[in-house]
Amino acid sequence: MRDISVEKIRDAVAVLCREACYYLPEDIVQGFHKALETEQSPLGKSILEQLIENAQLAAKEARPCCHDTGIAVVYAEVGQDVHIVGGDFETAIHEGVRKGYKEGYLRNSVVGDPLLRINTNDNTPGVIHTKIVPGDRIKLTVLPKGGGSENMSAMKFLLPGEGVEGVKKFVLDTIDAAGGRACPPLVVGVGIGGTFDKVTEIAKEALLREIGVHHHEPHIALLEKELLEDINKLGIGPQGLGGINTALWVAVETYGCHITALPVAVNIQCHAARKKSCVL
Amino acid sequence: MAKVCLQTPFTNEDVLKLRAGDEVFLNGIIYVARDAAHKRFLHLLSKNQPLPVDLKNQIIFYAGPTPPKPGQVIGSIAPTTASRMDPYTPAMFEYGVKGVIGKGPRSQMVKDACKEHQAVCFSAIGGLSALLSNKIQGAEVVAYEDLGPEAVRKLTVKDFPVMVVYDAYGNDLYEQEIAKYRTIQR
Repeated sequence: MRDISVEKIRDAVAVLCREACYYLPEDIVQGFHKALETEQSPLGKSILEQLIENAQLAAKEARPCCHDTGIAVVYAEVGQDVHIVGGDFETAIHEGVRKGYKEGYLRNSVVGDPLLRINTNDNTPGVIHTKIVPGDRIKLTVLPKGGGSENMSAMKFLLPGEGVEGVKKFVLDTIDAAGGRACPPLVVGVGIGGTFDKVTEIAKEALLREIGVHHHEPHIALLEKELLEDINKLGIGPQGLGGINTALWVAVETYGCHITALPVAVNIQCHAARKKSCVL
Repeated sequence: MAKVCLQTPFTNEDVLKLRAGDEVFLNGIIYVARDAAHKRFLHLLSKNQPLPVDLKNQIIFYAGPTPPKPGQVIGSIAPTTASRMDPYTPAMFEYGVKGVIGKGPRSQMVKDACKEHQAVCFSAIGGLSALLSNKIQGAEVVAYEDLGPEAVRKLTVKDFPVMVVYDAYGNDLYEQEIAKYRTIQR
């Protein structure tokens, strides 16, 4: 067993929240550059250039690249040989979110009750996904999820017989309906299979994959390529103002499912596709 | 498609000169208000009560900034999704607001309201939040402080870059531009 204190977990989450919001990941910045090379729309090119400049300025001045610093989605992979000491695990994560958003001058974008809608003023609660894995370490990942793109995400149960064509149609319908509202160029996370809850979970997990890395299954990798091509034929473009770069990347994750079901979920990520990990 | 500098507040003549696709650099005062503030505005308008700030002929920026770091005028700021304000916008234009800044396409109701009330919808680039905050020279909360990031703010802007997406003639920049690059039959 290896002891890890809740203070260490709290402080790590705080740093991840801050750094994720200041420093756009390199794969996303490279995605902007790649899109800029191919973009045909003059307006689209100009938008991509400004997004690159914005990311550079935010990093240089250590400030949020996007004002919507999101609700903090925290992934924890906890080694089964870890002993968490000094308090409880989930409280430590929420405290880390509170600390990170306050000390990092990040926006408090969370209301405590979805109907009463009073801002909690510390961006808690975060959303926590925990997995128990082999080993004696904890891997923490913070994905600050903006509201504009999350709002355009969708889930549907298809008929099993609709198959891959049905999946493609649903993904394209979802992206087309979102248009410029979701802040393209997008990263699109797609979940296929599982249950009502599992399919949305894996769609979001797909957003954790670095862009440029395909699924290990050849038929899913092919689906990712085809989806990306088709999405970029929609013409929505950067900010929905036209162009051939509506999405930077599509990542698909799958899970086994019931014989009656073909659930599909599309989790849309805006161009501020922030994520940051560390290992304790 | 023109490039123009405009001073706020707007006159009807200012609005009528603008066409979808025009790049506009705003100077003067703009007001920040989003979902929660609009809900309160509409409640007041429905009872014929005055708004906490006079927004006639003014420009509303749909946004919520991050808190400023010490020494900053304002934190990072850029537009939020405009379509969430669709239910409120026709009434705000009828009241006398002349322009709004958001991101993304809007409902036919809003496009019609631009024509009917001689108003205009601008887009600024979503998520361009570090760069756009540098165009802001002054910021103060002027109403609904309890709403935190959603409070109504008065901003003094210099050459704040926006684009006309819906003009007062029914033109729609999103539709026009997307059609040029769409190569898939749906």
